[in-house]
Amino acid sequence: MPIANRPLSPHLQVYRLPLTALMSISHRGTGIALSAGTLYLVWQLLAAASGPDAYEIFQRFAGSWLGILVLFGWSVSLFYHLVNGIRHLVWDAGYAFTIEATTKANRLVLIVTVALTVVAWVAGIASWEGQ
Amino acid sequence: MAEKMRSPLGQAYGLGSAREGAKEWWLMRLSSLALIPLTLWFVISVVGNVGADYETFAAWVGSPVPAILLVILIAVTFHHAAHGLQVVIEDYVHVEWQKLTLLIAVKFGCVLLAVAGIFAVARIAFGS
Repeated sequence: MPIANRPLSPHLQVYRLPLTALMSISHRGTGIALSAGTLYLVWQLLAAASGPDAYEIFQRFAGSWLGILVLFGWSVSLFYHLVNGIRHLVWDAGYAFTIEATTKANRLVLIVTVALTVVAWVAGIASWEGQ
Repeated sequence: MAEKMRSPLGQAYGLGSAREGAKEWWLMRLSSLALIPLTLWFVISVVGNVGADYETFAAWVGSPVPAILLVILIAVTFHHAAHGLQVVIEDYVHVEWQKLTLLIAVKFGCVLLAVAGIFAVARIAFGS
């Protein structure tokens, strides 16, 4: 059989990933994002350790639109990685390997991620207005 | 024994199982497990500290329970991050010098950030 007629395996560029695959790669994506996000936390702690002036510079960024956007992306990544990570631990323990269980868990992970994000931001805004 | 079972070429390359995989795997699961309660505590604390001024935030970081938990959180987080990034790099970067450069940069970067974070907490807690 000539090389050109060989059956091809689905290639990433022409193959629509199923939700399970998308969520698998998202776990890595959010993990990388969270690693970058640690810079934000270390900056805040170092600023607080340096004194009021350095902390004010941090606060000005944190309160800006960009800062809030970063915090939002950070919170979504954190909750997704946390919830999906628990699912990974369940897999590691040897449970929920069937396709049905995986499909159900996909939905559960997404719902809990959204719920935690909404709860955290509602509580955060309430706490901010209470200051 | 393990060395004897390798082919001469395999011995020269030194590739294959180093018999340390299980420990690495277990440490990653252990750090994940520790990060579940630590992360939840951290999120609740962040929510409670929204809009706090310098004095309030510094007083919170410096009080015993937050200081201790923050140091543990920082140490476990950077261990987890270093390991996670290492796995991602090993899976996707196949040019040897690029892989090695990234692996070293990730390891050094994570240690630097972890020590910087712990130092900041300690400095606040012990009053500069």
